[in-house]
Amino acid sequence: MNLLLQIWRSSLGKKYIMALSGAGLFLFVIGHLVGNLQFFLEPAAINRYGHFLKSTPEVLWPARLGLLALIGLHIVSALRLTAENKAARPEQYQAKVAPKDASLASRTMAMSGAIIASFIVYHLLHFTVQTPQVNFTGTDFDQLYEPNSGGADIYAMIVCGFSVWYVSLFYLISIGLLCTHLGHGVAAMFQSLGLRNHTWAPRIATGARVAAILIFLGYASIPVSVLLGRGKEYAKRIQSGVSPDKAGSAIKAAKGVEK
Amino acid sequence: MKVTLKVWRQKDRNSPGELKSYQSPELSPNMSFLEMLDVVNEHLANQGEDPIAFDHDCREGICGTCSLVIDGKPHGPHKGIATCQTYMRSFKDGDEIVVEPFRAKPFPLIKDLVVDRKAFDRIQHAGGFISVRTGAAPDANAIPVPKENADLAMDAAQCIGCGACVAACKNASAMLFVSAKVSHLGLMPQGQPERYRRVKAMVNQMDAEGFGSCTVTGSCEAVCPKEISIDFIARMNRDYLVAILKGDPKAVRGGGAG
Repeated sequence: MNLLLQIWRSSLGKKYIMALSGAGLFLFVIGHLVGNLQFFLEPAAINRYGHFLKSTPEVLWPARLGLLALIGLHIVSALRLTAENKAARPEQYQAKVAPKDASLASRTMAMSGAIIASFIVYHLLHFTVQTPQVNFTGTDFDQLYEPNSGGADIYAMIVCGFSVWYVSLFYLISIGLLCTHLGHGVAAMFQSLGLRNHTWAPRIATGARVAAILIFLGYASIPVSVLLGRGKEYAKRIQSGVSPDKAGSAIKAAKGVEK
Repeated sequence: MKVTLKVWRQKDRNSPGELKSYQSPELSPNMSFLEMLDVVNEHLANQGEDPIAFDHDCREGICGTCSLVIDGKPHGPHKGIATCQTYMRSFKDGDEIVVEPFRAKPFPLIKDLVVDRKAFDRIQHAGGFISVRTGAAPDANAIPVPKENADLAMDAAQCIGCGACVAACKNASAMLFVSAKVSHLGLMPQGQPERYRRVKAMVNQMDAEGFGSCTVTGSCEAVCPKEISIDFIARMNRDYLVAILKGDPKAVRGGGAG
């Protein structure tokens, strides 16, 4: 226990926690993207995938709690480190010049991180908790059923959710920030864990940037294709299966709960 | 040539400080930045004003005593040199130059542009040494050292401990300095006995002094007058991680033979 406390108290110890939790979250971001890209197959594919994820709560919940723990560790050590870093320079320089050779991404990690965190909260309410008030479509995503299987229709939910342009815009901005966060963060992760030297440094820096851009393009492709009309007809068909009364009453019920 | 200096003046740690403007007398472009300050100070002294206090010693770029943040960059506009080797020809006639002290909580201000950098000495005392036996001098080259390690150790040993890395870092982190000291001993066979004890002691002292931590922005290596690479920070991080994984040495029990 004493050793763990020692790790937490040391600056490098917290950097290790940042790096390891960041690595876990980076792998999740890749896995999540690969799963979501099934959107470009027939609707049944991603619906089957959604059903598969939700069908085993014994696995789903530990995974969710694990991710939450990673986010928690990442944020708590970031806050602590930022506070220590601020305290290390109480008096600022008068000459206002950008820090030498420091990329914008590296200087704005805390800000990009904070916006990504607020996006995660919204994203969970939007597509996981499916709070009808935050999707701005008037449709309760909970009520979208696939006609054949009768299961939840993830495909229609994605189309419906991203057809609101400002929701898609917020999504794209957040993914863009995630891209800059990872472009610096993934390379810094290797540095913090000491897994970097003059031979690997350029490869790690390029690899991190390429990974970040691929992740951006992958995630951005979904709302962009929806805004360009992909799945519109299908979603309309599924939505029309939802009686307006039913959706309306669901929203009212949710609002009632809120009151 | 003439320049306008905006210099940080502060009587002592507890008095408030401010930037004050001074018009320099006629200067030669071949004066070093410190010689320019000498001339300005002579001028101030002749007028009965308190001269500007600044740190300097060898004036040939190897002692690490000079400091100064010149127009927002430690050691002035050039790469790989200290303030003492920055010359006035790097500036234009009529330029306004802002001169500030290194700013970090562990570097408390003493007067004007002079800060107390003893925190670095305390970090060195914590572990920046090797044990050497007394007695007859050992044969030269008796211990084989791989050439690449010797070169890397020399690169790290170039650190003159000026503190520009701290001054440039947005987090006032001393990791470039500490990593250079940890690496230059840790890379040599003579530094192995204390290798993991050293990195732990020096990093812990660095934390105790109140320096920030590394966000890998690379500002430190960009301003370092000796161009120390942040690769050494990765090396220090690796050694510290190994030190933590190794844990503290087993307690030695008393008794036994001898």
